[in-house]
Amino acid sequence: MKKVLLLGSGALKIGEAGEFDFSGSQAIKALKEEGIKIILINPNIATIQTSENFADKVYFLPLTSFFVEKVIEKEKPQGILLSFGGQTALNCGIELEKKGILKKFNVKVLGTPVKTIEETEDRKKFIKKLNEIKVNSIESVAVKNLQNGLNAGKKIGFPVMLRVAFALGGKGSGIARNKKELKKKLKQAFTFTKQILIEKYLNGFKEVEYEVVRDKFNNCITVCNMENFDPLGIHTGESIVVAPSQTLTNFEYHKLREISIKVIKHLGIIGECNIQFALNPKKDEYYVIEVNARLSRSSALASKATGYPLAFIAAKLALGYSLTQIENSITKKTIACFEPALDYCVIKIPRWDLKKFRNADLKINSQMKSVGEVMAIGRKFEEALQKALRMTETGFNGIQSDFFSEKKEIEKELKEPSSERIHAVASAIKKKYSIEKIHSMTKIDKWFLYKIKNIFETEKKILKQKNNLSKELLLEAKQSGFSDKQIALLINSTEEKIRKKRHKEKIFPVIKQIDTLAAEYPAKTNYLYLTYNGKKDDVKALEKNIIVLGGGPYRIGSSVEFDWCCVNTLKALRKNKLNTIMINCNPETVSTDYDESDKLFFEELSLESVLEIYRKEKSKGIIISMGGQIPNNLALGLEKNNVKILGTKVKSIDSAENRNKFSKLLDSIKVNQPEWRELTSFSKAKEFTKIVGFPVLVRPSYVLSGAGMVVVFNEKELENYLKKNELSKEHPAVISKFIINGREIEIDGIAKNGKLVIYAVSEHVENAGIHSGDATIVLPAQKIYLETINKIKEISKQIALKLNITGPFNIQFIAKDNEIKVIECNLRASRSFPFCSKVIGKNFIDYAVKAMLNKPIEKTVDYFGKLNYVGVKAPQFSFSRLSGADPISGVEMASTGEVACLGTDLYDAFLKAMLAANNKLPEKNILISLGGEENKYALLKPIQKLVNQNFNIFTTKNTHKFLKFHGIKSKKLFKVQEKKEPNVLTFLTKQKIDFIINVPDKYHSKEWDPDYLLRRTAVDFNVPLITNLELTKLFIKSITEKRIEDLEIKSWDEYLKNGKTKQ
Amino acid sequence: MNQKISSAKLILSDGTVFSGKSFGFNSSVSGEVVFSTGMTGYPESLTDPSYSGQILTLTFPLIGNYGVNKISELESNKIQVKGLIIDDYSFSFSHWNSKKSLADWLKEFKIPAAYGIDTRALTQKLRAKGTMTGKIVIGKNTEFFDPNKINLVEKVSCEKHQWIGKGNKKIALIDFGVKQSIIRSLVNRKIKVLKVPWNSNLKELDVDGFVLSNGPGDPALLKKPIENIKELLKDARPIFGICLGNQLLGRAAGIKTFKLKFGHRSQNQPCINLETKNCIITSQNHGFALENKMKNGFMKWFENANDKTIEGIKHKTKPFFSVQFHPEANPGPLDANYLFDEFKEKL
Repeated sequence: MKKVLLLGSGALKIGEAGEFDFSGSQAIKALKEEGIKIILINPNIATIQTSENFADKVYFLPLTSFFVEKVIEKEKPQGILLSFGGQTALNCGIELEKKGILKKFNVKVLGTPVKTIEETEDRKKFIKKLNEIKVNSIESVAVKNLQNGLNAGKKIGFPVMLRVAFALGGKGSGIARNKKELKKKLKQAFTFTKQILIEKYLNGFKEVEYEVVRDKFNNCITVCNMENFDPLGIHTGESIVVAPSQTLTNFEYHKLREISIKVIKHLGIIGECNIQFALNPKKDEYYVIEVNARLSRSSALASKATGYPLAFIAAKLALGYSLTQIENSITKKTIACFEPALDYCVIKIPRWDLKKFRNADLKINSQMKSVGEVMAIGRKFEEALQKALRMTETGFNGIQSDFFSEKKEIEKELKEPSSERIHAVASAIKKKYSIEKIHSMTKIDKWFLYKIKNIFETEKKILKQKNNLSKELLLEAKQSGFSDKQIALLINSTEEKIRKKRHKEKIFPVIKQIDTLAAEYPAKTNYLYLTYNGKKDDVKALEKNIIVLGGGPYRIGSSVEFDWCCVNTLKALRKNKLNTIMINCNPETVSTDYDESDKLFFEELSLESVLEIYRKEKSKGIIISMGGQIPNNLALGLEKNNVKILGTKVKSIDSAENRNKFSKLLDSIKVNQPEWRELTSFSKAKEFTKIVGFPVLVRPSYVLSGAGMVVVFNEKELENYLKKNELSKEHPAVISKFIINGREIEIDGIAKNGKLVIYAVSEHVENAGIHSGDATIVLPAQKIYLETINKIKEISKQIALKLNITGPFNIQFIAKDNEIKVIECNLRASRSFPFCSKVIGKNFIDYAVKAMLNKPIEKTVDYFGKLNYVGVKAPQFSFSRLSGADPISGVEMASTGEVACLGTDLYDAFLKAMLAANNKLPEKNILISLGGEENKYALLKPIQKLVNQNFNIFTTKNTHKFLKFHGIKSKKLFKVQEKKEPNVLTFLTKQKIDFIINVPDKYHSKEWDPDYLLRRTAVDFNVPLITNLELTKLFIKSITEKRIEDLEIKSWDEYLKNGKTKQ
Repeated sequence: MNQKISSAKLILSDGTVFSGKSFGFNSSVSGEVVFSTGMTGYPESLTDPSYSGQILTLTFPLIGNYGVNKISELESNKIQVKGLIIDDYSFSFSHWNSKKSLADWLKEFKIPAAYGIDTRALTQKLRAKGTMTGKIVIGKNTEFFDPNKINLVEKVSCEKHQWIGKGNKKIALIDFGVKQSIIRSLVNRKIKVLKVPWNSNLKELDVDGFVLSNGPGDPALLKKPIENIKELLKDARPIFGICLGNQLLGRAAGIKTFKLKFGHRSQNQPCINLETKNCIITSQNHGFALENKMKNGFMKWFENANDKTIEGIKHKTKPFFSVQFHPEANPGPLDANYLFDEFKEKL
């Protein structure tokens, strides 16, 4: 085997996130050790795996059989790896096999054979395989049409569970309690699957999973088992997960382990997989739920929970190694064929962002909706649980027993959980509900409930002692995972005071190692965590070290791109001969691979934890500008505690973050920004709108990826908004003039001592009003006048100088009628850093680290308009996962990931990017529904083009009338709510529409948008949808210019080599 | 948790003191301090006679979670350890099959136990310095006592012959402190078991084969059983040794034993079958091992994949074999359970 093709997983989406960057990166490391050439296809440009010095060739192309075949034809690999890129890669692999492409080009599937993959994915085959070895599976019926489905439901008896084959994250799965619900769910699921499994719903069963590894010599081990805190019925991606299992006896643990091994051996998996069980909490009874014949989110979690590098090992096994031939890279003394023993407890909590979506259903169930997760390590369950709750960065300081106050609310939450159920458990305990009662309402194992009660008991004691906290109680609180701030809030003190008291009492955390064998043998491991349940540090301080703060949980607005920045920072620091310490708490990341840094603390990114680590490690400095907003927010607190922060001074960071200060600064250099006011009352707001006119943008002053932002079009709406969002002096909103039809431009760059070192200017396809995270971004900018670019450069230079920037920065501009205004300035790495670095072929982070270390930098460079190829970054939305959510982008960010492709021109790169973000090109039938006159006129010519190219155009009432008037024929369909035939819904159900263009009137607020139903239905029926005018124009232009066959198949290095900058 | 909790100290013979709190029987006790890294199965471990005379440290910090099940499902009819050391005790427990809390169970058998101890730091110490004598002090102090100086096997073995189970094949099980799971593994395979005391004469027993059980302590102290096994080696009836039984079979064949630098006290030990090259995960609890030098027709059978120590031996021609690990598991993985089938086939 000399050349292997590796399939990535594409953009981050709900159900398929950063964990596959981790698994793919490990696979590449494993293959490189063997001297194998690696070809990687992955359009996710922000990943570490697609960075320089990883794969030998990287193709930023869509992961569809069409493009993969082209790459195979060109590169002629001998083998292909399918199990490292999530469900996307697996599905693509199955398609390649089915179409005979692998056979045609003689490409061997390494690891688990496709036949086995199919046997795990096709429920009917799977159950047959389990029956062969007398292993219990859940009574179920596979159905291929609606009627069979309804019959099956009747036969099994309600409630029933629906499962969909070949779907990531359990999409389309759910519980149906009656015939009506079943009918609705079946209809929806059949639009994207041909087979649905209907089975008995095992109410209240425990959900347990094992991560299993097997080599081709039939050695088979279980690396980790995990238990869900939430019983069956809540997707494991939505559940709080505990490792190792806590409520299973030795008998249960080993019985399930034995069955796992039996099943995996029988299926013939080679590499890594995961098996899920339902376990009866009342007697000795189990069922196998499913097997995932690939690396998964659970395997990433298991790797981080145990220190066992599952993906790395799986890659070696795929190449034919035996488990006994591979060493345990943590101990270096033992072998990979063993099962880690943990001497700590691990808790994973998902991170949701459901409230960011208008109309989204906030309940959690068997569909995955979370966008990320955190993992906490402790030597007590209570400690790990409270740490994890803080790590999610959702505003909780631990478990919050006063979060729900009404009994009715509490009971509703307990029975129909949302992401906040755990706090409802604590609230119920506070309201004196018995553990028995809470158990009967939630089916959560009583052991977990007792533990939450313990936390509450400690809280009660703290409240009793108030300001005379005894040393004993303070220690108990710390051992139960209370943070200094959490204690302070309980007794009306401050975090700082509690910290001082704690230090005075000599209560410090200790550093413990994760060594895979619970100290049985000596191990040299740099994988660490903090705990108050211990007396002795396992390790000494590292010499000459720099701490890098990671990005925390993946969430909307902050994901793999910041991990890329962190990992590259670690690499750059090492190049500069410094020891590195990484702090992060997200198990889906590469930065938490213990070989990326000299020391890895899997810890909270809180002021408290960072200060403790800084103190223990006697660190030389901290980098806070690479992990996004979470570390950036620590700037002031760290400085106050005399921590040395590398790069731009905290005072400057504050000047950029604080609107008043930033405004003054812009005034001083005579740079414009949209008019704005701090908003403390309705009358002030009205006064302001009288001056600037509507529309205006309103937002809370603390903005994380546009949370709570809204565009307001009239006084009435303004009033409504202000009614919903209380204003105060402490939490004022900011109101600013919203510029319609402005173009957005961004500059990403590095400065040193106030001078620009390297930078890139990119433009948004969409006009202002779309959050930059949801925008389609083009680099180099294609449509901006040179004059504008020069102005932007000039302004950036002035700002950099004024703020004396050293390190990364990003400034966003709005340009209209040749006037340029600054919208925002961030003195940290931005979401687009990996995109800019990779399109240009210069690693921005290298420059940033050199600048921050005050090392010489050879020469300054700028890169716009100087490449002979184009990079386009497109957002990936996960609306289909979020039932009810309005699938439209606006000022609040809604995308969960992004892709980027390179191309010979804008159209080439754009179409590839659209396809890579899981859009399909229309074959024939396009439905168009346009709001407002402006949109209709703007798209008249493009629609004519579509007609000329023989596309069938379907329209809704007004659009139909307008086109007819202009002599364009289209077929009129009634809107869903019009309930008349021919209806949009009917056409969607019958899959007669390939593509939907629905551009709402931008002068109208979205609050009363009549097209919500149309958009939502499109998403529910898996039909691609565009809602933005400029994007539609570019899309129509592109599909009328190029066909899929015309798109260029070129690797990253080919673009860089041939497309040298024309400087 | 309303009653007053007494403080408890673990004092090691080298003077190190670990402070914690008592959750078992309130009295002081001394013994050899050992550890186990298994993550489940505290009821099984506590009833394992191999732990006789020892104060057991569990490295997994969360203990007591699922209470304790019926004693008839465990490894012997009482708690065998002298004391228990853990980090975090679950005062509340939850499991459908549990009968009582761990604390109540410990009190019933008058076994002291301490929680709130940095068991990782303790384990590192025991690992580095070798297991050592120690004492749990709750209230009144007590003297250090080294159990290795007495014959522990004598204390845990049965006193008279006893037939257990039904079947066409009969075997004698020499009880050096046998775990019930070994008996269950045999009886479930329809083998009739004659349990005999540790120093019984074996040759004249009317059985089809022999199982040498696990047990506590240094094999070198067990002169009489070694002589008895030597007699059996002249014959050809199948012998299956487990743990201590492995060391005794080895010594009877002239293979020496030695004390390991790092004892194996876990449920995750990889062992390679040298005939098939297959690797299995095994449950182990021993401080002594057989030396590498094979003698008198014996060959290496299993090897520890980590430190390459001998995990099993086998006679080249006769049906004599033994393993250092616990094929009966409980606690631990069941990968090696098939060895009981192999033994049955030989009968």
